Amino acid sequence: MHQLKSDAQPAPVSLGRAIVITSGKGGVGKTTTTANLGTALARRGASVALVDADVGLRNLDIVLGLESRVKHHVLDVLEEQVTLDEALVRDKNSPTLHLLAAAQTREKDDVDTDKMRALVQKLRERFEYVLIDCPAGIEMGFKNAVAGAQEAIVVCTPEVSAVRDVDRVVGLLGNAFSPQLIINRVRPQLVKKGKMLSVEDVNSILRLPLLGVIADEPDVIVSTNKGEPLALRSDSRTAAAYHAIAARVAGEDVPAPTVTQKESLMDRLGALFGGRR
Amino acid sequence: MVEFFNRIFGRQNSGATAKERLRLVLMSDHLSLAPEMIEAMKRDLLDVISKYVQLDRDKVDVHFENQDDALAMLANIPITGVNRNSGPKDDSGTGSTPPQSGSTSKKKRKSTNTPAAAT
Ligand SMILES: Nc1ncnc2c1ncn2[C@@H]1O[C@H](COP(=O)(O)OP(=O)(O)O)[C@@H](O)[C@H]1O
Ligand SMILES: [Mg+2]
Repeated sequence: MHQLKSDAQPAPVSLGRAIVITSGKGGVGKTTTTANLGTALARRGASVALVDADVGLRNLDIVLGLESRVKHHVLDVLEEQVTLDEALVRDKNSPTLHLLAAAQTREKDDVDTDKMRALVQKLRERFEYVLIDCPAGIEMGFKNAVAGAQEAIVVCTPEVSAVRDVDRVVGLLGNAFSPQLIINRVRPQLVKKGKMLSVEDVNSILRLPLLGVIADEPDVIVSTNKGEPLALRSDSRTAAAYHAIAARVAGEDVPAPTVTQKESLMDRLGALFGGRR
Repeated sequence: MVEFFNRIFGRQNSGATAKERLRLVLMSDHLSLAPEMIEAMKRDLLDVISKYVQLDRDKVDVHFENQDDALAMLANIPITGVNRNSGPKDDSGTGSTPPQSGSTSKKKRKSTNTPAAAT
């Protein structure tokens, strides 16, 4: 199924997988995760379409560094102003990765849920993966983003409010979507000191299949500044974590997710005096 | 060891605090998202109690409250009289010991700590 393809032509024998990336809370890393997972899947040779469903607050194009190439957006396609091909933007780094940007000057309520579902279906005919970047909240924008998906990835940070919101979203998704969890922005040093919820703490409450754990890394912000997803790099632990997530999504049996982070001098000194490694 | 140092320096283990707060908040979220379950639980509860005493069902108040380290179910159940000839033994065929009768399965999500104050 995952044959290497140079471009996204109407080829796949079976329909692709539409996965919504959601969380309830804003700012936990949905867009960052969508861009990096999309990049990592494309690096594996898969054809991938990223759909920015955050109408009115478009950002996925920025994270991918594609903002200057976006000419049309999801709503133009839904309202049949342009064809799907005219609106799809090919990524500058990964030839099999494509973006369908959100409309910046429109509102979430402008989206017709049935049309959105049909659009995702159409994308599934052409791409092996359709990743939908969901807006924050549980209102219309969420419903539209979820409409065409069969699977969900929920992104959570180790914070009380984020876990609570994920719990709510998972409740709303119900028995469908087989949600899987990515825990983002973990700071192992803080966890070690008992100052942050651990991966186990979070998942003892959510009890979801754990797809991956991403450390809180300045590199993530640097790469966003540059518009080059971290997953493009080969010298980064966080990039490796995204690649492991992509492998797991693709059905590969990869070892359980762990998280490591560079220790600062202060961390090491603190550990020394604290009598720990 | 680390806990010892934390205690010396008066540091709080905020990760543990977060975990505890999360547990409580999710319990009350789940309860408030399942009003039918609470109604069913209330009904079963009153059914059991009314085997022994007469109640004013309209004035019953059951609610949940976050207490220090647990979610508590508080029940205020006005009793209007005592059922003389009632006891664990003389009920119809449905199990004679009250705690086993009724559909206890509906109480699954109830907190472990449930003081019920009857007036
Ligand atoms: N693992 C991480 N480490 C550091 N910063 C991160 C990480 N993940 C996300 N961020 C930053 O957090 C902010 C919010 O991320 P974003 O992906 O836009 O969240 P969302 O789409 O859920 O609103 C961005 O500034 C992003 O760069
Ligand atoms: Mg976003």
